[in-house]
Amino acid sequence: MTAPRRAASIRRRLLIQGVGIAALLALVLYLAVRGVAGSAIQTVQDSVLGTATVIIAEELRGGTGAVSVDIPYAAFSMLGAVGEDRVFYRIVVGGETVTGYPDLPLPDEAPGLTPAFYDATYDDTILRIGAVGRSVLVDGQRVGVTVLLGQTRTAQAAITAQMANRAAALGLGVFALAAVLALVSARAALKPVNLLAGAVERRGPQDLRPVTRAVPRELVPLVAALNGLIARLGTALDRTETFITEAAHHVRTPLATVRMQTEIALRQADDDATRASLRQVIRAVDSAARSAGQMLDHASVIHRSDRGAPAPLDVCAVLRDLAHQVRPVADMRDMDVVLDLPDAPVTLAVDRLLLESALRNLLDNALKYGHAETEITVTLTQEDGTALIAVCDRGRGLGDGGAGALTARFARGANVADVVGSGLGLTIVRDAARACGGSFEIAERTGGGTCATLHLPLG
Amino acid sequence: MRFLLVEDTPDLGQAVLDRLTLDGHGVDWARTLGAARDHLAVSTYDLILLDIMLPDGDGRDFLAEHRRARADTPVIVMTARAAVSDRVALLDTGADDYVTKPFDFAELEARVRAVLRRRGGAAQTLVTFADLTFDPLGAVVMVDGDARDLRNRELRLLEILIAAPERIFSKGHLHDRLLSASEAVSDNAIEVYVGRLRKKLAGSRARIETVRGVGYRLTAL
Repeated sequence: MTAPRRAASIRRRLLIQGVGIAALLALVLYLAVRGVAGSAIQTVQDSVLGTATVIIAEELRGGTGAVSVDIPYAAFSMLGAVGEDRVFYRIVVGGETVTGYPDLPLPDEAPGLTPAFYDATYDDTILRIGAVGRSVLVDGQRVGVTVLLGQTRTAQAAITAQMANRAAALGLGVFALAAVLALVSARAALKPVNLLAGAVERRGPQDLRPVTRAVPRELVPLVAALNGLIARLGTALDRTETFITEAAHHVRTPLATVRMQTEIALRQADDDATRASLRQVIRAVDSAARSAGQMLDHASVIHRSDRGAPAPLDVCAVLRDLAHQVRPVADMRDMDVVLDLPDAPVTLAVDRLLLESALRNLLDNALKYGHAETEITVTLTQEDGTALIAVCDRGRGLGDGGAGALTARFARGANVADVVGSGLGLTIVRDAARACGGSFEIAERTGGGTCATLHLPLG
Repeated sequence: MRFLLVEDTPDLGQAVLDRLTLDGHGVDWARTLGAARDHLAVSTYDLILLDIMLPDGDGRDFLAEHRRARADTPVIVMTARAAVSDRVALLDTGADDYVTKPFDFAELEARVRAVLRRRGGAAQTLVTFADLTFDPLGAVVMVDGDARDLRNRELRLLEILIAAPERIFSKGHLHDRLLSASEAVSDNAIEVYVGRLRKKLAGSRARIETVRGVGYRLTAL
């Protein structure tokens, strides 16, 4: 059988989506900031370059025979204010370079009074060139003059790079913040699911109460489905329990008839062989009935193990009650049940049925395995927050197997073949004690017999 | 004593009826709750033996109804429901005691006695024989006005013998009535108890005679 392939984790999916969106947004932010900043710097630079070009162009004077060029150095210092860039110029009059760098590239179209800007490669560097065209009167004739002013872009590139770095840092910051937020929000979104899972997981295996925890609307169908399943499971278990109870009833009633009829036959039988076989029949019936009863008890001890906090219970009252119930049976064997209890009530927070199951089994054992005409003592003491309930008999003791072997299911001592029993009694006691948060031990008693002790937490 | 037996299983009812009758008790047997109500309306009983699952209802409802009517006839429930929860619930409903099916008749008798003793019982008639006075319920034995301290099995043995003085009871018969049918005891248990009872009744004109090869009988000097 192969395990079904696990669907992708919702948390991971939320996280990946959140981080992906954050990365995309950060990238867009970076590009936008870099683009806007770059074009802003360009615009500022161009306007300075344009102004300088226009100033130079305006200094051109026409005259006789030639154009007088008087380069205003203020224009260059204006450019120099922006950065340590190199500056190139060229003034073309009527197609001939008058001054400046003769191979500085001209614009594709003749420029007008408003500066035109373009990039060009010159001397292995990229220049930004501003071009202004005007006409001057030379010898009474209009001659077209073009002024080119070029500047390297080192400063602009540096500023742009700086701005880009800042934009990148901003983008990264936004990305990191968004990623953390995505993590937090994925966790927060899944928190109700995790809480619900935790609450269901913390339950013991027998806890079939519906889930009543408040959940977000999206989880309501899930919880409803879960509760439906729990309810169906509970019904199935109840039905099984009812069935077992009914079955036990239907088995025990005819057994009762067999036993009663056999007892009557025993009363009327004279020969020893018949009487011996009739006694065998009775013992077999008792054994069957006892096993059925003990299996039911064991099942209900396990079933009740997880009922949550029980109401406080006075264990003295329970012990008095039980002693009272078993006294007629003790009387039949001339045994006494002696209670040694404190005067004040001793309160335990344990389930009454679990406690009664355990104590009842211990008393039954003492009655069965104790010798006739002896005392069974039931002592209740308190020690370090624990109640110790000891049931001690004067009987046949534990036999060769010792205590360890007796609490296993269907295990019986080596010395008890003549007494009817199911081998479940001490298992019930042990499981009930555990379910009450306590423990159970059984030991040989000094002077003969057995002492069984329950350690239960005081409530 | 008069018992009202409420039990619908024919074989079991008949067996309990036979067994009680064999011990000299008067028994009315109701197979339904309706019949039980009819019996209660016209007779008084020392004790009611009540089954739980009956064709016309639940014995526990009958019990609750009985208690609500403040009727104080003691009730011992005979139940096949053996789970601890069922037993606890039964006592809470107002049953004086319960036996789980299949039950040991000696245990039922012991419980009946305990319930009647606790209830103060119907004023039990004292049984007298020679200089013995015996109150079976109060478990008091007097020899010529002098109280003797007897244990339960010695009392039960005396009760059987004194019910039919001069009649010879076999060892087997005494064994069956005195000891639980499933209890393993030594073969000479009855001899032991007879020996003890003789010792406790020392000085009485009543004595327990061994009829060799047959059994024992109570006889007077």
